[in-house]
Amino acid sequence: MTNALKKIYIGLIIFFLYAPIGTLMVLSFNASKARTKWGGFTFKWYAALFENEEILSALFNTMLIALLSALAATLIGTVACIAMTGMKRRTKSIMMGITNIPMLNAEIVTGISLMLLYISLGIKFGIGTILLSHITFNIPYVILSVMPRMKQLNPSTYEAALDLGASHTTAFFKVVLPDLTPGILSGFLMAFTMSLDDFIITHFTKGIGVDTLSTKIYTEVKKGIKPEMYALSTIIFVTVLALLLLVNLSPEKKEQK
Amino acid sequence: MPKELIHLNNLSKSFDGQMVLDELNLKIHENEFVTLLGPSGCGKTTTLRILGGFAVPDAGQVIFDGKDITHVPPNLRPLNTVFQKYALFTHMTIAENIAFGLKIKKKSKAYIQDKIKYALKLVNLEGYGNRMPDSLSGGQQQRIAIARAIVNEPKVLLLDEPLGALDLKLRQEMQYELIRMKNELGITFVYVTHDQEEALTMSDTIVVMNQGYIQQIGSPESIYNEPENAFVADFIGDSNIIPATMVEDKLVSILGFRFPCVDTGFGRNRPVDVVIRPEDVELVAPSEGTLQGVVSHLIFKGVHYEMEVMAGGFEWLVHSTVLHPVGEEVGIRVDPFNIQIMNKPESEDEEAVAIDI
Repeated sequence: MTNALKKIYIGLIIFFLYAPIGTLMVLSFNASKARTKWGGFTFKWYAALFENEEILSALFNTMLIALLSALAATLIGTVACIAMTGMKRRTKSIMMGITNIPMLNAEIVTGISLMLLYISLGIKFGIGTILLSHITFNIPYVILSVMPRMKQLNPSTYEAALDLGASHTTAFFKVVLPDLTPGILSGFLMAFTMSLDDFIITHFTKGIGVDTLSTKIYTEVKKGIKPEMYALSTIIFVTVLALLLLVNLSPEKKEQK
Repeated sequence: MPKELIHLNNLSKSFDGQMVLDELNLKIHENEFVTLLGPSGCGKTTTLRILGGFAVPDAGQVIFDGKDITHVPPNLRPLNTVFQKYALFTHMTIAENIAFGLKIKKKSKAYIQDKIKYALKLVNLEGYGNRMPDSLSGGQQQRIAIARAIVNEPKVLLLDEPLGALDLKLRQEMQYELIRMKNELGITFVYVTHDQEEALTMSDTIVVMNQGYIQQIGSPESIYNEPENAFVADFIGDSNIIPATMVEDKLVSILGFRFPCVDTGFGRNRPVDVVIRPEDVELVAPSEGTLQGVVSHLIFKGVHYEMEVMAGGFEWLVHSTVLHPVGEEVGIRVDPFNIQIMNKPESEDEEAVAIDI
């Protein structure tokens, strides 16, 4: 009895969490334009989506920015973690605090500050500014996922590699880096997802005529909601979901080996 | 005497203004099993790290086979280290772990295969080559760490408390294993531990350290039987350390009672410390003892009873196979040969007995 109740309870929670998205997904396959009527199953909105050049270019921008910003943030974040490990405890906790603040800061504040910074430095808005902003807010997420791995690292393994004749570079790439890989990988995926997902910061730092998927949807919606947008939102949701599952599952798989 | 291999010459090292080693001098010979023994913070691990190349002394030199290697990086030293927490590479198989050093030295595949086989056999883990380190027990991982070090044919193997994380039974087993391996390999072992029993069992030479100074260097027998100061006496096994006065040659006054002893050359009426091991205190009938006392505590320890006897204002620690119940009046007698006379500590560093243990 209690077991059945538990299941109903968790079922309700999941229902309320996912019902809106479920509705959206169902509507994206609705042949009728009306939101309240089911006109039969169709892929035509998906087809229409991929014929729309503006949306395709926004998709390309989104992917490019997500990939490049995740790569850059992963590199910078990992190097930062290594550097912080060598610091004294006080400096280290101060540095960790500083890197954590952007994550807690309201996105709109980050967005506006970045915009003001670019204006005052005279940087032209465009893909470049979006990329810079995304790298900025992605670095903390990489640090957050690499740092715990770094702490688990046995400092003696590095010394053991040196002791066995390896140079500093060899020891790092053959012994330290493989141990960090799961953390680096999940940091990269997290950064990728965050960048894919972002609207507010992108909205403030993009130039005129440059759009990512999220800003594109926003402009389209202002003109009136088209069913293509349901299709697009569904694709974004599924992609993010897949990436998040990957992030959560990848370290465990490594561990089991 | 075998050839001198390592000479630590006047090593000094401090961290954040705190002196860890103070003008340490030590000679290590070929094929010797040397143990650096002392409480934590005594500088033994720092000494080992300087030997391995992981720390650079503030002053002094490390001379290896006649050459100064003080500033040679660890990857170019003819020594290998077995680390405290094994430090195996967890993403590599056992065989890959053992092959690591040989691959860097670009040895042939056949040579590496032979070496892996030989090393696994030496540490009694044949057939474990394809396993991952995580699937091995602590004792097995420790053996792999040793195998990984010795395939490189170092002239000296440095071991940093390698048995610290193992349980008692396994530790005793590994002690015999280490002695066997050392004899089979014919190389020098420098071993760091805070466990006096480990040191006594395995070493040719024990170096007792405290607060950055060497307190005594000697064979296990001489360290145990003839400690030079109160620190060594207290650190190596249980002992009764009692302030006394050397009345004249071969006669010492302990707690006001005169005991014949065998030591000479301390002068007349000189204050000294005496060390008497608990197993050397004989409990006899009150009338036969040099002084009389009452048993105040009694514990059964398996091999013997441990008793405390209040006599002459001092609580004597006594090990005996004969039971004397609490409250019994006994006499205390000590064979002259079993009284070890020590000079009172002259320097501060010898006085750390009470603080560290």
